[in-house]
Amino acid sequence: MNPVNYLYLAALLFSIGATGVLIRRNAIVLFMCVELMLNACNLALVAFSRMHGNLDGQIIAFFTMVVAAAEVVVGLAIIVSLFRSRHSASVDDASLMKL
Amino acid sequence: MENLIALLVAAPLLGAAVLLCGGRRLDRVGHVIGTALAFASFGIAVGLFVDMLGRSTEDRSLHQHLFSWIPVGGFQADIAFQLDQLSMTFVLLITGVGSLIHVYSMGYMEHDERRRRFFAYLNLFLAAMLILVIADNYLLLYVGWEGVGLASYLLIGFWQHKPSAATAAKKAFLVNRVGDIGLSIAIMLMFTTFGTFAFGGVLEATGETGEGKLTAIGLMLLLAACGKSAQVPLQSWLGDAMEGPTPVSALIHAATMVTAGVYLIVRSGTIFNAAPDAQLAVVIVGAVTLLFGAIVGCAKDDIKKALAGSTMSQIGYMIMAAGLGPIGYAFAIMHLVTHGFFKAGLFLGAGSVMHGMNDEVDMRKYGGLRKYMPVTFVTFGLGYLAIIGFPGLSGFWSKDKIIEAAFAYDDGIRGWIFGGVALLGAGITAFYMTRVMIMTFFGEKRWQPDAAGNEPHPHESPKSMTIPMIVLAFGSVFAGGLFSLNEAFVKWLEPVTEFHHPHPVISVPAITASTVVVLLLGAGLAYLQYGRRPVPVTPPKGSLLTRAARRDLLQDDFNHVVLVRGGEHLTRSLVYVDHSLVDGVVNGTAAGFGGLSGRLRRLQNGFARSYAVSMFGGTAILIAATLLMRAV
Repeated sequence: MNPVNYLYLAALLFSIGATGVLIRRNAIVLFMCVELMLNACNLALVAFSRMHGNLDGQIIAFFTMVVAAAEVVVGLAIIVSLFRSRHSASVDDASLMKL
Repeated sequence: MENLIALLVAAPLLGAAVLLCGGRRLDRVGHVIGTALAFASFGIAVGLFVDMLGRSTEDRSLHQHLFSWIPVGGFQADIAFQLDQLSMTFVLLITGVGSLIHVYSMGYMEHDERRRRFFAYLNLFLAAMLILVIADNYLLLYVGWEGVGLASYLLIGFWQHKPSAATAAKKAFLVNRVGDIGLSIAIMLMFTTFGTFAFGGVLEATGETGEGKLTAIGLMLLLAACGKSAQVPLQSWLGDAMEGPTPVSALIHAATMVTAGVYLIVRSGTIFNAAPDAQLAVVIVGAVTLLFGAIVGCAKDDIKKALAGSTMSQIGYMIMAAGLGPIGYAFAIMHLVTHGFFKAGLFLGAGSVMHGMNDEVDMRKYGGLRKYMPVTFVTFGLGYLAIIGFPGLSGFWSKDKIIEAAFAYDDGIRGWIFGGVALLGAGITAFYMTRVMIMTFFGEKRWQPDAAGNEPHPHESPKSMTIPMIVLAFGSVFAGGLFSLNEAFVKWLEPVTEFHHPHPVISVPAITASTVVVLLLGAGLAYLQYGRRPVPVTPPKGSLLTRAARRDLLQDDFNHVVLVRGGEHLTRSLVYVDHSLVDGVVNGTAAGFGGLSGRLRRLQNGFARSYAVSMFGGTAILIAATLLMRAV
């Protein structure tokens, strides 16, 4: 199968993720969309690695997965504590950091 | 003898220092000390004069170098004196008339509680004026020039409790300052052009200098002379200066200080000889002032202000003669000396009249005083005959020569114009002086009680006042004749000022005859106007010219409208430009950035998603730009 198709799929996933980040308010959904974008990037990296015939991209994809796992831990913890204090997971409610 | 020159200045300077520092202890004897030192200076001057007469013509210029004042590289300013024939003439006039006026002031200021200070200022004036005329370079001359300005200021405002006197002093000082700027610029120009400002150095260097620079220097010197000698356009201070005590008006504002401008121009003769344009400017200023002063003199009812107008006019004659070049220098100085005698005498006479009339100055409230003040009447009358140029008296010899020289200015139209102006001026002089004479000493009594209700009891003044008047009257009668005997005065000055015989456009006897006719016409007109008809105590409304002349031909109004208002408008518009344009740009920039940052601040709204949009947008733009650059 042509590896370029993987790139198209990656672009599609990234766009879905980005759109989700921009239009959804629920922090959990937002979080999943961010994961979607990360994994779209991973897919693109692996696809390029395959296309160019070297392993650098695949190694970076592993790193990304590790970092993403750590990020999920921290991010979910924040969302849970936010929900506990406000009884809502809407990101627009947490807009106090402004002038 | 050279070593005595500095003593001329030292004596009155010592007097001023002692009287000013001595305090109240000297109140009783202050006037005697001041007068004695003035006479000491006069004695030294006479000694130097006799010595100078004994020398041959070439050796008559004496020099005394006291010390180097500011020696800096090529800049060499010395305290050094030069006494030549021109300076000698001035020194004799200043110390002679000055001493007489000291004597007169002893009587005039007898009851003034600040008498000591008055004599201190008079001595200060003498010292400064002597420095002015015996300096051997322009910088030291400038010191004297400022010194007489200071003394003039102090003495005009001597009765400082009167607001009018204080204002007049300030006015004189400020107007003089305009002229002084001219002198300082002239000195700077001399230094950059010639590399020196000593008289000798300037004399040598003028030959090699371009006419343009000499004209510039000449015009600046003329500006200086206009300020000090009350010539148009800087004439407005002289009339108000009459607020000072009358001896001051006689000494400073008639006989000596106001003639400093004439001295300056004659002393700088070599510069003017090489700059005909500057000379023409001098002649025009002189001619305009001559008529200006005469017209003002015709309309004034204040006896001192009428005489002040006359002074202005007579100095106009001198300035004009000085502008005529070698044909006029000697006559300018000769008229200056004779004028020193008769005008000082006239002012002292006016002071004597005021002394007897409860300090009344309005001539309309005089009348018939000749019987009550015989000595004043005779001395004033002789001064009057001298100033109008009555044949045989001093003014005749000197003024007639100036009129001749004016007719000889140029073969063509200029000679006619300036000669005609000088002749017309002589007629007006006769008119206003006859007016003063008749209104004061003839006609019926128009005396009025003063503000306190005291009836005037005119009486002859004390001896200390009449004797100086008598001496000056002798000078008014005989000085001109003596000077003209065998052209003695001209020959005396010739080594300093050069002399060419004038060749007038019409013959000399014709000029003399027309001068006499014109003066008889002027005097006759005044007699018809003021002698045949009673003089009203309240001034009649008068013609437009009379009313303008009473206001000094609107000179103050002119200055107010053009200079004061103009200056105000200028500063106001500059302030406006500063506020609107300069501040506008600065404040506008600041406000613009302030507004912009206010807008930018809104971007930080706390919504995480809007930050995300910014990031996406920015990244998208960066990627698009990169791709676009690649494609190109």
